[in-house]
This record gives sequence, structure tokens and C-alpha cells, in this order.
Amino acid sequence: MLLNVQDVSLTLDDQSILDGLNLQVAEGDIHSILGINGVGKSTLAALLMGLGGLRPDRGRILFAGEDIATASITERARRGLTLAWQSPASFQGLTVRDYLTLSVSHGNANGNIEQNLRMVGLSPGQYLDRFVDDRLSGGERRRIELAAVVTMRPRLAILDEPDSGIDFLSLDEITGVIRHMNLQGTAVLLITHREEMALMANRASLMCAGMVIASGEPREVTAYFREHCDECKHPNMPDLNGVADELQLGI
Amino acid sequence: MNYSSEFEAIAQAYELSGGDANLLESDAVASLVVSGNKVLGCNEIPGVHMRSQETERGVRVWLKVDAGTTLEQPIHLCFGVIPQEGFQEIISEYDIGDGAQVEFLSHCSFPNAIDVTHVMEANVRVGTAASMTYSETHYHGPQGGVITRPKTRATVGPGGRFLSHFKMIEGKVGELDIDFETELGPKAVGEFTTKAHGKADDTVKVREILYLRGEEARGLTKTNVVVTGRAHSDVYTEMHGLAPHTRGHMDCTEVVGDRATAKNVPVVLVTERTAKVTHEAAIGSVDHKQVETLMARGLSEDEAVDVVVEGLLR
Repeated sequence: MLLNVQDVSLTLDDQSILDGLNLQVAEGDIHSILGINGVGKSTLAALLMGLGGLRPDRGRILFAGEDIATASITERARRGLTLAWQSPASFQGLTVRDYLTLSVSHGNANGNIEQNLRMVGLSPGQYLDRFVDDRLSGGERRRIELAAVVTMRPRLAILDEPDSGIDFLSLDEITGVIRHMNLQGTAVLLITHREEMALMANRASLMCAGMVIASGEPREVTAYFREHCDECKHPNMPDLNGVADELQLGI
Repeated sequence: MNYSSEFEAIAQAYELSGGDANLLESDAVASLVVSGNKVLGCNEIPGVHMRSQETERGVRVWLKVDAGTTLEQPIHLCFGVIPQEGFQEIISEYDIGDGAQVEFLSHCSFPNAIDVTHVMEANVRVGTAASMTYSETHYHGPQGGVITRPKTRATVGPGGRFLSHFKMIEGKVGELDIDFETELGPKAVGEFTTKAHGKADDTVKVREILYLRGEEARGLTKTNVVVTGRAHSDVYTEMHGLAPHTRGHMDCTEVVGDRATAKNVPVVLVTERTAKVTHEAAIGSVDHKQVETLMARGLSEDEAVDVVVEGLLR
């Protein structure tokens, strides 16, 4: 198993954010995580990457068999884990070329930055010398973030809502990039609340109240999500028996 | 040191600060080369007149650009002190004739400095509809034993433009004390951009004042200073909106790291109701999200901070 999250809990400001969470992502998987806003999806992404000094209160995060729960962000990245932010940072004075080139420095990188930029629907001629600053739209910035991850070619990429703010026409491009990434050998943990995105995965997990309450076939998990979670029927109190009965999946 | 070896030494220093030393020997490019208090080279081209006089502590320079002259290549100025100790005082007069368009690239290099003082006092007159861009880059060695005091007093005629870009981000700053004041006539434009990176016990002091005296004059100061270690920065900017429809903006960003400290004082004075002067000031540490983003690509924390700081000062 490439990523094995075992019984992880996290409390912030006396509030339980993750509560005994378990998750497994295999080498070569595209694994989507579904859940409504506020169930802890982005916090899970931050914890896996070690952002903001986050460390689990309990449990283990095994990456390629090694516990990375206390490793720095850099160590995690050099082992082959990275994250594409939902709202990526802007950088004054750093061009797209500089930014993508930085991703080439470590690991198993794919240095063809022009091709990677084209893949996310941006013309190298128009974008390579532009700055990665506030003059780019949110959509452009997210595409560049994806291009950076493609360039880095990590073992596991956590993509935090890469479809956020992207129209349906562009969705095909984004899923194409994720598939390409996967074919290049990158497993993908895809955080989303969009069913059509979740369906591109070969495995899906459903999060509720800081827990993974089901994992299985994306079609079944998204159907349950549509039926029970789009309008949450049991706020902050996951219906563990219900989901188990309906999906007959492991909890 | 004889002439040729001194020229070679100052040319090498010039390249350390980012200049192209070949241009200092080109007949097609106006240039002035000063090492300590010696003028090692002075090349005039049509429309550009230079006169220099060596003084006990430096050099006096008079530089005149004829009205209507448009230069295709910048005028290159090279100032430096090669020994570890020294004092260099450059007192200069720049007279840019009406309608002239000229750019200066000034490189100041003190690669071996342990105890060097570099004083620049410039009086600048930019004529009607003339344009002068002055870009100054410094290179100081790792010891940072340099006191740098650039002082400029400028007047810009109707429709004229004076753009000054000052950069000191390589090597150790030492003590920097910038003092710029500019008076802008009707429809004139004045712009100061200052970028500096203070490290260890460096001090960066910036004082920039723009007087928007003529109708529709426009002014901008943009100051980016990064201080790390125990360095200190102190930025004072002042803009006076004194005539109808004048526009001004002051933008200061100071980034502090380690035990460094920073201070910013923007002052706005408006005496005309149709004038508008604004300011933005921010002092903060290096953005955490930027650093974490780069770390997630495999950079160490120090490498990530360097990339963010270099971008800010670019």
C-alpha cells in the first residue's frame, strides 16, 4: 500500500476535526474522497502533507511503509508526496517558467515544462514568462498548479478540489491531466465534492464528521453521496449502520 | 596599481554588479568609469557631453544631454572602490535637455569592502517632455563594510518623466541611507522604485519625497525591503499633492525574518481638493503558504524562503 492512514485523529482548538480516520491508497490508484463542506477533507490533505506543522494526535500515516507523521513537508515531498492546493499561493516576481522549473529539481521529474503547460490548456508562448502573481485568475493559477505537479511526477499527488471554479467544458481537460499523471506512474488522491470528478477514480471514499465512513466502487459511493449527503440527513453524526447496509462496504 | 590593472579590476567589479564590461570600452556607448577618485574612462557620443574633475575624496561630474537627443543604448556609469578601505564621493549634475530620451545604467561595486564609504550627491534637471530613467544596482562583498549614501534632488519639467530604480540585493548591504526628493511640473511623472535586502546587522534607511507641484503631475514610490538576521529597515515616504488633478501613490512592503525589525512611515499632504494621493504599507514575515507550496515541491525551508524573497526583490 502506498498510503496507509491508520486510526488518525486530530483536534484543533478543542474541536475534533479527524476522528479515527482510516484510508488506503494503492500504488497506481486514482482514489477520490467525497464529502460535503466541513467534513475535514482539506484538513486531511493538510495533515498528510504536514502543512502548518499539523501532526496527528493519534494514529499513523504510512507512506511507502514509512511513518511520515512527524516528517517535514520537504521530507515528504522528497519521498514522493505532493499537494496541489485548492487556492494556490501567488508569487511576486516568479514567472511560470521559474515556478515549473522548481518542480524539476527533486525526484523523478518530467522536465518538459512546455508540454506540461499545454496539457493543462495554457499556451507556453503566452504563459511561460508571465508572473505567478495576483494578475492570474484563480482558474489559471489552478491549472499552473496542476502543471507543476505533472512536472514533479510524484509517487502520490493529493489534489484538493482541482475542479473548484472550473466550468464543465474544462472538466474534461482536468480529468485528462489526472489520467495522464496516473499513466506516468503517479497515484492520485482526489478530493472533491463533484460526482463527475469522483467517478473518474477507480476507488472512492466517503468522509463524514472527520471519518472515512465507506470506501469502495466510485459509482456506489457517489450514488450514496447523492442520496444522503448532498442534503445531509444527519449533520455531524454519521449514519454508520445506514451506509454499511446500503453499500455493503467496509467501514 | 597602474591604469590598465585598475581598469581591469573595476571592470571585473562592474560585472559582479551585473554590468557588461565590454560596453565600457565601446566607442558607440556613452560611459564613465570611476575607481575611487580616479576617472579611468569617459566616453562621449553625439548629443551627450560629460566633464569630470577628480577631487580629494572623489569626483565631480557634469553630464548634459542635448535637447531632442534620443539614445538607443543606455549611458553606462561604473563606480567602485577596489581596496578594502576607502572613501568615494561622487557629486554630479545631470541636465537632460527638452525632449531628450535617455536611460542610465549605473553599477556600483565594492567587492572587497571592509570600511568603505560611498556618497553620491546628484542634482538632476529633466527638461520639458524629456525622459530620464536611472537604474542603479549595487554589488557589495560578503563583509558588507560599506556605507552608501545616495542623495538626489531632481526637478522635472512639464510633461517630463524621471524614473529611478535602485537595487541592492546582492552581497551584504552594510549601511544604506537613501535620500531622494523630486519636484514635478505640470503633467510630469516621477517614479522611485527601491529594492534592498538587508542581512545580519545591515541597516536600510529610505527617505523619498515627491512634490506634485504642477497640474496633473503623477508620482509613485514603490519600496520593497527584506530584512533578515538582526537587520533593520526604516522607510519614510512623503507625497505632496499641491496642484489640481495630481495623482500619487506610495507602496511599501517590508518583509522581516529572524530578529530583524522594520518601520514604515508614509506621509500624505494634499492642499488641492482635486488631488488624490494614496498609500499602502505592509510589514510582515515571508508568506507561510508560499513557503509551504515550494517545500511541497521538494525545496528546503531555507531554499523556499530565498525563492520568495528573490521574487519580491526582482
